[in-house]
Formats: sequence, C-alpha cells, structure tokens
Amino acid sequence: MSDLLKMTATQARNLLLKKEISSVELLDAYQTAMEETKGLNNYVTPTFEVAKQMAMDADKAYSQGTASSLSGLPIGVKDLFCTKDIETTACSAILKGFLPSYESTVTSKVWKSGGVMLGKLNCDEFAMGSSNETSIFGPSVNPWSKKDGNNLSSGGSSGGSASSVAAGAALMSLGTDTGGSIRQPAAFCGVVGLKPTYGRCSRWGIVAFASSLDQAGPFTRTVEDSALIFSAMAGHDPKDSTSASLKVPNFSKAVHAGIEGLRIGIPAEYYVDGMDIDILELWKKGRAWLEQAGATIVDISLPHTKYALPCYYIIAPAEASSNLARYDGVKYGKRIEAETLDEMYELTRADGFGEEVQRRILIGTYALSAGYYDAYYLKAQQVRRLIKEDFDKAFNEVDAILTPTTPSPTFPLGAEVSDPITMYLNDVFTVPANLAGLPGISVPAGLSKQGLPLGLQLLASHFREDKLFSTASAIEKQAEFSLVPPRAAGDLQ
Amino acid sequence: MSTLVSGRTGEWEVVIGMEVHAQVVSNSKLFSGSSAVFGASPNNHVSLVDAAMPGMLPVINEQCVKQAVLTGLGLNAKINKFSVFDRKNYFYADLPQGYQISQFKHPIVGEGEVKIELSDGSTHKVGIERIHLEQDAGKSLHDQHPLKSYIDLNRSGVALMEIVSKPEMHSAEQAAAYIKKLRSILRYLGTCDGNMEEGSLRADVNVSVRRPGHLLGTRTETKNLNSVKFIMQTIEFEVNRQIELIENGGEVKQETRLFDTTTGMTRAMRGKEDAHDYRYFPDPDLLPLTFDDAFIDELRMGMPELPDEIKYRMVNEYGLSSYDANVLTEERETAAFYELASDGRDRKITANWMSVELFGALNKAGIELAQSPVSPSQLGDLIDLISDGSISGKIAKEVFSEMFETGKDAKLIVDEKGLKQVSDESTIFAMIDEVLAANLDKVNEYRGGKDKLFGFFVGQIMKASKGQANPGMVNQLLKQKLDI
Repeated sequence: MSDLLKMTATQARNLLLKKEISSVELLDAYQTAMEETKGLNNYVTPTFEVAKQMAMDADKAYSQGTASSLSGLPIGVKDLFCTKDIETTACSAILKGFLPSYESTVTSKVWKSGGVMLGKLNCDEFAMGSSNETSIFGPSVNPWSKKDGNNLSSGGSSGGSASSVAAGAALMSLGTDTGGSIRQPAAFCGVVGLKPTYGRCSRWGIVAFASSLDQAGPFTRTVEDSALIFSAMAGHDPKDSTSASLKVPNFSKAVHAGIEGLRIGIPAEYYVDGMDIDILELWKKGRAWLEQAGATIVDISLPHTKYALPCYYIIAPAEASSNLARYDGVKYGKRIEAETLDEMYELTRADGFGEEVQRRILIGTYALSAGYYDAYYLKAQQVRRLIKEDFDKAFNEVDAILTPTTPSPTFPLGAEVSDPITMYLNDVFTVPANLAGLPGISVPAGLSKQGLPLGLQLLASHFREDKLFSTASAIEKQAEFSLVPPRAAGDLQ
Repeated sequence: MSTLVSGRTGEWEVVIGMEVHAQVVSNSKLFSGSSAVFGASPNNHVSLVDAAMPGMLPVINEQCVKQAVLTGLGLNAKINKFSVFDRKNYFYADLPQGYQISQFKHPIVGEGEVKIELSDGSTHKVGIERIHLEQDAGKSLHDQHPLKSYIDLNRSGVALMEIVSKPEMHSAEQAAAYIKKLRSILRYLGTCDGNMEEGSLRADVNVSVRRPGHLLGTRTETKNLNSVKFIMQTIEFEVNRQIELIENGGEVKQETRLFDTTTGMTRAMRGKEDAHDYRYFPDPDLLPLTFDDAFIDELRMGMPELPDEIKYRMVNEYGLSSYDANVLTEERETAAFYELASDGRDRKITANWMSVELFGALNKAGIELAQSPVSPSQLGDLIDLISDGSISGKIAKEVFSEMFETGKDAKLIVDEKGLKQVSDESTIFAMIDEVLAANLDKVNEYRGGKDKLFGFFVGQIMKASKGQANPGMVNQLLKQKLDI
C-alpha cells in the first residue's frame, strides 16, 4: 500500500486495529524510506532486525487483542537514549562502540507500549549544537533542501529525529531538548516537536548534557500524534529524583478540547532585532488564528528574557563540564594509552571530544572555578530564578504564550558552524522554557518566502501540556500545513 | 593539666582539629542499591550508578539520611532540615563519575559537641563544626601488576559521614580521647561500626602550634589515619617538627601530609599551591534534602541511651567508681550485658565479677563479649548463689571457670559437683575437731601465743571441706574452740 507513509500515527493505529494493514507492512514501508533517504544521514545505527521482531510482536498483539497505544508504530530514537545491546554513542567519538547493558526509562516505556524501533538517530555530539554539525557522523540533512541546491541544516541538536519524521523515514521519533534541541529542529523541518515540563519524562538512561535542563520529548507530524506518544513516554520514575510523582492525564482528549475562552499571551520581549520578516508575519497570523478559534489575546511582558541566553550558556556548560567528566577512558568508551594517568586523560579527552564539546567543557569549568563561581554560576542561577518568576507572573494571567520557535528559518550546512555566537542565537526563543522548566511545543505553521518551514512555539505553565495540545491543535487546523519536503521519501510525495 | 609544650625558645600551644570519615552502617550505598558490605571480592558490589555508566542517576538512600540525623542527635548537634548535595569535581581513576557527591554549603548537621574525659579525671568539651554526608571513592590497587593499576569499585558510592571538629584539642591525649569517645558514641548509635582497621573510621588531623594567646599558626593536614596510635604519633611528630622549624627561623607551610606507619613520621604530599579546585556546585540530579520535625522526633524517640548518661547512672545510682563505669560503658554491648547481669542484684559485686573474672576469661580465650559462653543471666545466677550463702566467693570462681568452659548454669555445676557451701554447725565442729586433733603441737604453740597459726588452721579446715565450709562460720567456730 503506497499510502502507508502518508498516514499519521493515529490513522495508522486505527487501520492496525481494524487489521487493514499490518505492522510488518508498515515497517517495510518505513525501512524502504530509510534506504531511500539515506543521503539525509539521519540514521547512525539502523536496527532492522530488532524492528522486524518488534513489528511481528505487534502484529501478534493485534491479533490477540493485546495491542497497546503504540503497537506497530515505527519510531526512531535519538542516539542520546541508551538502548540495551544497541550501540549508543551520543554521536561522539568517545562513546564509539558503547553497548549499554540497560534501556532508558523513556524508550523502555515506548517499547512496552508496542512501539517499533527503527534505529538510532543522528544528533549533535552530546546534544551540543543547533545544526547537527557537531556529530561525529556528520550532519543530518534537512529534507527541505532543494534537490539541486545547498544541503540545509535539520537544526539541532535532535536534527536526525526531526529530519527523519519530516522525510517519511520515521513515523515518530524521540529527541531531547536542553535549550531548544527538539523545538528548533522541529521548526526547521516542518514537524511537531514537544518539550515536556522538566520532570515529566524520566531522564534515567539518557546521556546527560545539562541535568537541570534536559528533557525528552517526541517528534510527530501532528499534534494528535504528539499527545499519543507523549502519554506513553511520561510518568514518574523512582530512578530519577527529579521526575515528578504526578499522574499522567489523557492528553489525547486535550487535543480536541478547543480553546474557547483561553487567554493567550504575546510577550513583547520576543520581538528581537534581526528577526526574519516572514517569522514576524507568521507570528501575527498565529495570533489571528487563535483569536478566530475563540481565544483572547493578551499582551504580556517577560522582562528578563534578554538574560536567558547568556544565563543558559553559563548553566548548561557548567553542568556539562561535570556530567562529561565520566568519559575519561577508564571504564568504557575510547581510551588512548599513555605513560601516566593524567596523560591518558588528556589524550583520550582531546581525541574523543569534538571542538564544540571541548569549548563547552572549558566554558563550564571556568564558570565553576574558584573565584568565578559567584560571578558566573551563582549569578546565572539568580537570573534563572527571575526568568522563572516572569513566567509565573505571566501564567497568572494567561493559559499559554505564543512566540515564534526560532528567529529565522534553517540555513545551509556550514554557514554558521564557524561562528558559535550566531549559532547560539538560534536558541533565543526556546531557552527560556528550559530555564523555567516549562513545557513548550513547536507547530509547523507556514513557509518562508524561500519555501522553508517555519514554526510557532506555545508555552504553558508547569505540567499543563494539555493546554499546549489544545492551542497547538488550533494553530495546526488553521495553518493547514500539509506540504511535503522535496527530499522526502518518494511515497510521501 | 597544662598542655603547653616547652620549646627551646619558650612555650607553645598546640591546636588540633579533626575531620573524621565514618562509614555509615546501611545495607546499601548512599545513592545506589548495591550492597555496602565490606569484604566482597573486587567489583562485586557495583551497580550501573556506582560505575557511572552514561545516563545513570543517583537516588538518595533514606536509611543513610536517618543515620546521619541520628549521629547529629547523639552529638547534641543542630539538625538542618534543609541540606544540599553538591558535586566535588576532580579526576581520579577510582572516582568513576569524575566527581564525588558531597555536601558543601548546606550540610545535614550543624554545630554540636563531644565530652571527653582525660586520665587525670578532668573533662573537656570538643566542639563539632558540622557533619555532612558524602560518597566514598573506589580503591586503586597499585601492587597487583608491574605496569598497571587495578580499580575496585566496591567502595565506590558507600555512604560516609564527615564529622568535622572545631580546632579545640590541644594534645595528643585529648585527640585520642576525642576519637575514642566519638567512636564509642557512633557504635552506641549503630551509625558506624567504628572498625578503624577496615577503614570504616579514619581521620584527617589538622595540627598547628602558636605562642599562647597568639593568633592561630599555619596548619598541616595529615590524611587518612586509621588508628588511635597513628593519630597520636602524627600529632607528636607534627608538633615537634613544627616547633623545631619555627624555632630555627623557618615557617610552617600549609600542606597536606602523609603518615608513614613504619617510621612514625609524616611527609609532605602536596602544598597549598597544588590544592585542587573542586568546582563545587549543587548536584542537579538531586533535589535539596528536606524533612520535618516529625522525622527528627521519631529518630530521637528511638535513640539508645548514650555512654555519658549510662555512666552518670552507674556512678550516681549504682555507686560504681568512675573507673568501673568507664570500663563498663566503653562499648554498648558491655553496658547492656552489665545492666542485665546486675539487674536486681548487688551492682558493685556484679561490676567486679564482670571486670575481673569475665573480662579476664574473655581476654585469655581471646574472644569478644558477644561470644561469651556465660550469658548475663547466668552470671547473675552465680552472683545470687554467693549472695544467699550457697557458695563462697572462692568456690564461685571455680564454678565460673567451669561455666565459662561448658556454658552450664551455676546451679547445675554446684549440684553436680556437690559444691554447696557447708553451714551446718555440727559438721563444721567435727571438721575442726579432726584438724585440731591431727595438729596438737600447733594447737599448743597457738595457745602459747603464736596467733599467726590461726590462718593455718582455717586453711586446713577449708582444705578438709574441699573449700565448701562457710568461711565465716569456720572462723567463728574455730575461735570458740581454740580460745576455750
């Protein structure tokens, strides 16, 4: 059936339940698409055999009436999630060949719900990057790249996760978001990307970048699919002390709840210099769409927004510098033998970590050093509290906040890689939600004049992902974003 | 008692502070479920968290938190209902995470104190600055291979309490009394087994000297001392070294030193300039540790009586000497044994029997009180037999030996061997008559004024009775007979 790639997860699930299609059939279509889109460099470790077995198990579950919410749905996984007996590298040379003996909580929940694992997806090394160019495997390519033009960035860090879903090489995928690593690539690739509330999904078994900011989330083609897979991913995990012991509501209901009477805030501080005109226009459109759907628009202020990016670029590297200390050549991963222990550390880490990772380790080490701690790390934590208070105040008045996801559409690979500051600016609208621990979602809402996808971001208060789904769904309906990228798998066209 | 030390150029005051690392008694490690028991073969008690595998997260072990709070209560310290775990970052092969989870700015326990008693009977208070919880590192083995070091992670992640004293000790004797008292309190509380040889209690000792009344001198820190003797040797060596250095025009350098157990000397390990920058910051994987008053109160309710309280009771209620009370309270098991054995009996006699006979026998046999073949109630029964006149003290010693050997009850031994004391007048008179008749010459000598022979007659009669005659009655009746 050539329509298989075109189905949303929800549609595919309905047909699987009716036994009009089989999981194996669906998987075959995706594995063909994976082959076809190999040039996008999304899969760093495809898991064909594992997938086959899981799809057959899913078909058995459907025939026995024991299918779960994700049974038979093909899902790709960012290579930051540890997957049992399947190479997990965080796209870094230092972890090349690492085979975890354990499965991350989030992925094991997804497999328990019947998901079929397509393989491990490309990302920036240790999730540090905004273009997927720091990956040891080379960058993931955005399927919106013209067939004869420059290769465009899928965004990052979860570039492979966004690109594969956009290209029809995964029905859904898992990513992580520390400063925008789900929402920015989702916007660049024209898919839905959700960063849940900090504490909603367990971090256990996910290679840590910045522990107080990292959060797992899904990439999907629709908001409804996002709610479907998110419901399977979320939930308290006693193995993660920062995971929230809250019940997970039925998010699928929220998708269709409507937004009549909801109050949506538009923050003045998100109008930044150098913002793309297309983005500004889209933002205006989004505002109008929500109004038409029955919401009230409120102008709000988040006065400390301008400090979010510098604050993030202290806290995230500081935590990373400590989190990455374990990659020392002693226990697992790469080791370069040397005469002394210190020399072994130096050679191993110099060789095993890429330039961007080394840059952030150095920044973070510096920020935590004696004499600098108060000026940098402590100050950044204080600013972080102010940013959080801005949002707390705003959410007393509004149910959700609407902003662009990124200040500009995607860019050609290689264009920004040499300039870290420009690269960091990609995260200017996404970082505040991580600092405040808030949930955010990026919905594809239109194309730029050059025909590149643009996303709108919605933010809600802690653990109110339901409001994100309701609002994002309203935008999705009115935006009618149904374009297929030029370099997607043929059957998606 | 003055603790000042005389140097060539005058008197010096010694200032000592101690950081004690006490391994917390708990089934599992501070942040992982693996066993914290000592002595397993290398790398057998290692979880994914202990080995710092990618994506692993620490989860606090509540048992360890309770033990730290209990320790704080035992040291009359302030319990902090809010504390924070920090990462102490440094690279070492036996530190898998590349950081140790510890507590820096906000420890779980604040200021407290330990009361120590010195050999001259004087008492002295040593302030506690703080107690914090932290993970132990693994162990590097450098002697297993000519070129490589081996790493054992069994200890990696085991919970330690770092108990930091104030610089309020002024002699090796005080330091020794402090560590012994601290160890005793921890063992009473059951929060640390106090086993210094196995390393579950070890101390870093800070020593400095100054002219009396002057500002504190520069201190040195000698690391990882695992016996009271080594602590005392370190202090004595450092005090002499520092005084000599200053008196010869030198300066004490702030540095970390190592103690050499074979020479009894310390040597410089690293100076202040080489000190690590640990880049402490709150561990983002853990929430601040918080609990309420009810949590503390419940632990307080379950607290055992501590040595000072028991000692006070022994001296003031039981009338024991301070020395006996000290001996009996040093270990919790000893005090408990004594309380059971002496309950409802003569407290002083029981104390004597324990410290002389029982401890003597245990020492000779080379076993601990816990393995004693004589139980507290068995010892009590023996003392009852003495008190009610059934056996003499001398026979009792014989019975005790047999009890210690066989584990039998005193009464059974007395019955089996017919050792019951003879207190019947006519029987004793008959024995006296027999002995006097056999020693008529001595009877005459006695009556002629050689009083000393009285003891000889008593001895002969006791011997004839196989020790069973009531010695008091023998004395009394013999006097009657001889003094006619």
